[in-house]
Amino acid sequence: MTLAVVPPQNSEPVFYVVDEHEHPEGASTMLGFWIYLMSDCLIFAMLFATFGVLGGNYAAGPAPKDLFDLPLVAVNTSMLLLSSITYGFAMLAMEKSRVGAMQAWLVITGLFGLAFISIELFEFAHMIHEGATPQRSAFLSSFFTLVGTHGLHVTFGLVWLVTLMVQVARYGLIEANRRRLMCLSMFWHFLDVVWIGVFTFVYLMGMLR
Amino acid sequence: MKTDTHALQPASGEHAEHHAHGSRQSYLIGFGLSVILTAIPFWLVMTGVLDKQVTGLAITVLAAVQIVVHMVYFLHMNTRSESGWTMMALIFTIIMVVIGLTGTLWVMHHLNVNMMPGHDMSTMP
Repeated sequence: MTLAVVPPQNSEPVFYVVDEHEHPEGASTMLGFWIYLMSDCLIFAMLFATFGVLGGNYAAGPAPKDLFDLPLVAVNTSMLLLSSITYGFAMLAMEKSRVGAMQAWLVITGLFGLAFISIELFEFAHMIHEGATPQRSAFLSSFFTLVGTHGLHVTFGLVWLVTLMVQVARYGLIEANRRRLMCLSMFWHFLDVVWIGVFTFVYLMGMLR
Repeated sequence: MKTDTHALQPASGEHAEHHAHGSRQSYLIGFGLSVILTAIPFWLVMTGVLDKQVTGLAITVLAAVQIVVHMVYFLHMNTRSESGWTMMALIFTIIMVVIGLTGTLWVMHHLNVNMMPGHDMSTMP
């Protein structure tokens, strides 16, 4: 820092900062979390690519038409979409520092997320019961990997959601909690974006094959 | 210059405005658009009103549009947040995803087609 040349007094203005300025705590968290989400996006892109390559290899086993139940997928999709907007309402309540309303919206978000996971697990259980296990064919291996990874993300999102609700209940809407809630907001909406790809390219395209 | 103005701004307000949450109205617009953009592809596939190729193309386009809607209305993407670095990270990721997806699908599809059992190599030039 002291290496910078300090100009004589009353001369030209300084156009650089000699000492590094203060960064408020957590100032770079949102950008860092966004970059994490982008790396997560790459994971999902490669799982989509794998499914795109292997999705048609049924090994004389069940095909999407035999397994997928589109009305159930539609219900599942609406659960995730509803949880996205209720999380948005929670963020709006947080902006107005209305803790009670925010916690209520977070509970509703969590319930929609739980419904999503439950429906997905029901679907998986149904498929496995019919013999459509991940070992059955390359199509099913890649299907379970892709959809399972998404489901795992949602599950961890739920764990995170409950953790933050406890945090807010104990410490209130302090700056750190607001930041954490905004990170989870990005995570949650990001998972909904990934699900658009899943229901379009796995379920709907699968039915078209 | 850039760092100067950054340092002079009050720390509290600056980062709050970068992460605007949008309004109730913008969330509802995003939700309404998403419902429509989800309902149409499900309806197309479940009723089968169009032939398969057109349906496939239509649902791909609708998915792309819905992803943009989510990005704008739910994730509040814009070119200004974090001095444009979130957008830069997004553009970089999109480039990587496009290279990865098209490359994988292109190479592996041809590998798959040409390595099918019973493929007669004598017909190859």
